[in-house]
Amino acid sequence: MRTLEQTTQEVLDLAAKHFQLPAGTLAPGDDFFKKLGIDSLQTLEMLSRLENHFGIELPDYEVQGVSDFKTLAERIQSRL
Amino acid sequence: MLDLSKYQSIGAALKDALDEFASEVCLIEADREREKERLSYRDFKDRAHLLSKALQEGGFSAGDRASIIMTNQSKWLISAYAIFFAGGVLVPLDYKLTPDEQWQLLKHSNAFVLITEYPIWRQLSASAGRAAAANIRSVLVTEAPANADLAGAMRWEEFRGVREPVFIARKRADTACIVYSSGTGGRPKGCMMTHENYLEQCVALTSIYPFWPGVRYLSILPTNHAIDFMVGFFGPFTCGATVVHLRTLRPEYVREAFPKYKITYVSLVPLVLKNLQKGLQARFDALPAGKRKVFNALVRINKALTKGRPRLGISRRLLKQVHEALGGELRTIIVGGAFTEPQTLQFFYDLGIPVANGYGLTEAGTAITVNDLRPFRADTVGKPLPGMEVRIVNPAADGVGEVSVRSKTVMAGYLNEPELTAETIVDGWLMTGDLGRFDDAGHLQLTGRKKNMIVTEEGKNIYPEDIEVVFESLPVKEFCVFAANYIWPKRSMTGEKLVLALHLEAGQQYGEELRREINARNNRLLNYKRIHGVVLLDEDFPRTASLKIKRNVLAERLAKLDSASAILPL
Repeated sequence: MRTLEQTTQEVLDLAAKHFQLPAGTLAPGDDFFKKLGIDSLQTLEMLSRLENHFGIELPDYEVQGVSDFKTLAERIQSRL
Repeated sequence: MLDLSKYQSIGAALKDALDEFASEVCLIEADREREKERLSYRDFKDRAHLLSKALQEGGFSAGDRASIIMTNQSKWLISAYAIFFAGGVLVPLDYKLTPDEQWQLLKHSNAFVLITEYPIWRQLSASAGRAAAANIRSVLVTEAPANADLAGAMRWEEFRGVREPVFIARKRADTACIVYSSGTGGRPKGCMMTHENYLEQCVALTSIYPFWPGVRYLSILPTNHAIDFMVGFFGPFTCGATVVHLRTLRPEYVREAFPKYKITYVSLVPLVLKNLQKGLQARFDALPAGKRKVFNALVRINKALTKGRPRLGISRRLLKQVHEALGGELRTIIVGGAFTEPQTLQFFYDLGIPVANGYGLTEAGTAITVNDLRPFRADTVGKPLPGMEVRIVNPAADGVGEVSVRSKTVMAGYLNEPELTAETIVDGWLMTGDLGRFDDAGHLQLTGRKKNMIVTEEGKNIYPEDIEVVFESLPVKEFCVFAANYIWPKRSMTGEKLVLALHLEAGQQYGEELRREINARNNRLLNYKRIHGVVLLDEDFPRTASLKIKRNVLAERLAKLDSASAILPL
C-alpha cells in the first residue's frame, strides 16, 4: 500500500509527464489550473491518465472543486 | 409543429406528454461504459408522482420554491417535474459553484426545499454558509451510501408519498423558475422566468430543431443552464424524445456515447466543441498522404453540395467514417453559452455536421437568434427566432448599437430587484448590454459588449462586482475589477479577460509582496473567475455621493492608457 506521500509524488510525476514538463517542476500545493494553464477538459484528461495509473475509478463528483495536487492525491489515496 | 397554446404551465404540458408517450423511452443514464438506467415516460411519471406526493404531504404548495443542485442525471428531471406537478417554483443552481455561493443563492431565492446529491451535500452541510439559509427546511439527498451521515437531510429514494398527488394548476404569468444568471459575490440576479416564457420558447425552438419519439439528445451542458433545461428536458419531453445522461464528462466516454446511443442532438459550450475539433483534426492529419488527399477532396465536394443548405444524407454517404464515429444519426450540434469562433463552426459544417450557433441570454428565455442553416453562415449568430422582435438601439454610422429584445420569452424581472429590472427591461424591451448590427440578409452580427462582464468559453458569465469581495482589504488605496474588453473594446467576444485596476498608496510600489498577496487572493476564486493582470492608475477613482466607484467614468480614464503596456502580469 502506497503512503500519501508516495501517491502525491506519483501524481506530480505523472502530471508533469502528461503535460511534458521537466520532473520536479510541480509541487503538492500548486494549483494545476494556474500552474499548467489548463482548462476543465484538459483536467479531465489528466484524471483519466491518473485513474489508469492507479487502477481506480475517480468519479467526477469526487474531484469537483479540487484544484491542487495535494487534495487530488488525497482523493486518490482514499480510493486505493 | 408543436402546439402548446392550450397549456398554462410547464407542469400541464409535461403531464399530458407523459401520458401520450407512456411507452417511449424518455431517459437513459450511463456511467462510463455501463448503462445504469433506462426509463419510459410511464416509469418517469410513477417515480415523480411518489416524490410529488411526499412534497405535498410535507406542506409544499402552489408557489413554494424548491432548489435542485445536481449533476445531469435522471433524478434531476424527475425532481423538477415533481416540483412543477405540485405547483412549485424551481430554483436550479449550478453544482460547480462553491458551497458558500450555493448557500448565498439558496438564501436569496427563499427556497424551502433543497434536492441535491450526497457528494454535494457533504460539502454543503460542512460549509459555514448553511447557518445563513434558515429558509431551507427540508433537504433531500440522492445516492447517499448506507452508512452516510446525512447531516439532517432525508434520502431522496425513501422520500415517497402513499397515494396519488394532486396536480396543482398554474397560470402562464406565474413564475416557473428562478434562474441565476450571475451574482454569486455581489448582487444576485435571479431571473424570474414564467411558464409562458418556457412554453413560447419551446414552440419557437422546436420549429427549427424538432424533436420526436426516437430522437436522442445527449445532455452534457448542466441542466441548470437555460439551454439544457430547454433542449435537454422540456423540449424533448413535450415531443416524446429520449434524453441521454452521462455521469462522467471525460472526453473518451463522451465520444463513445455518440455511436453507442445513436445521438441526434447534443448541446456543447464552445470549449468542448473546439476540443472535439482538435481531436478530429488530429485524426485527419494522421491519415497517410494518399488517404488524406482523397478525404480532402470529399470535404471539398461536400462543401460545394451543401452550400445552400445542409444535406445530411449526402454528407453521411460522402464522409461516412466521420459520421459513423459520431453515431451516424447526428443532425445538429447546438452550441451555446458563449461566443463561438467562426472557423470552428465552418470546420464542422464542411464535414456535413451543422452547428446551430445562436445568441441568447437567460433573461430572454434562452435563445434570441439561431442560425437557420439556409444558408449556413459562420460569421453571424443567425436570425431572430419566431416571436422575437430584435432591434438595435442608437446605432452608430456602421449600424452597431445595443441589441434589445421584445418577446413573450423575456423574463418577468429580477427577484427582489425592481430597480435593476427597470434598468434592464425598458418599455417592454430587454436591453441585452451586447453590441451588434443586422446585415442585409437579416442576420445578427455581434461585435462586443456594452456591459462590464466577460463570458468564458465554458459559458460562464463573470461580473467583476461578483469577484471583488476576495480583494477586499487589499493593502492599496483603491481597487476595482474590470473586463478588459469593457475598458478597451476589441470588437471580439472571445478570449475575454478580467483585470484589477489599482490605485496605490502614496510612495507604494507594485512589488513582489503585493503581487503575491493579489495572487493568493486570486487563487481563492474558481479558475475561470480569476483576474489576468493588473492596471495601475495614479489618481483617485471617481465616486458617487454614496462613495460607490463610478465604473464607467473610471473605465474611460483607464481607456486612455495603452492596453498592451498597461496590463501588468501577476
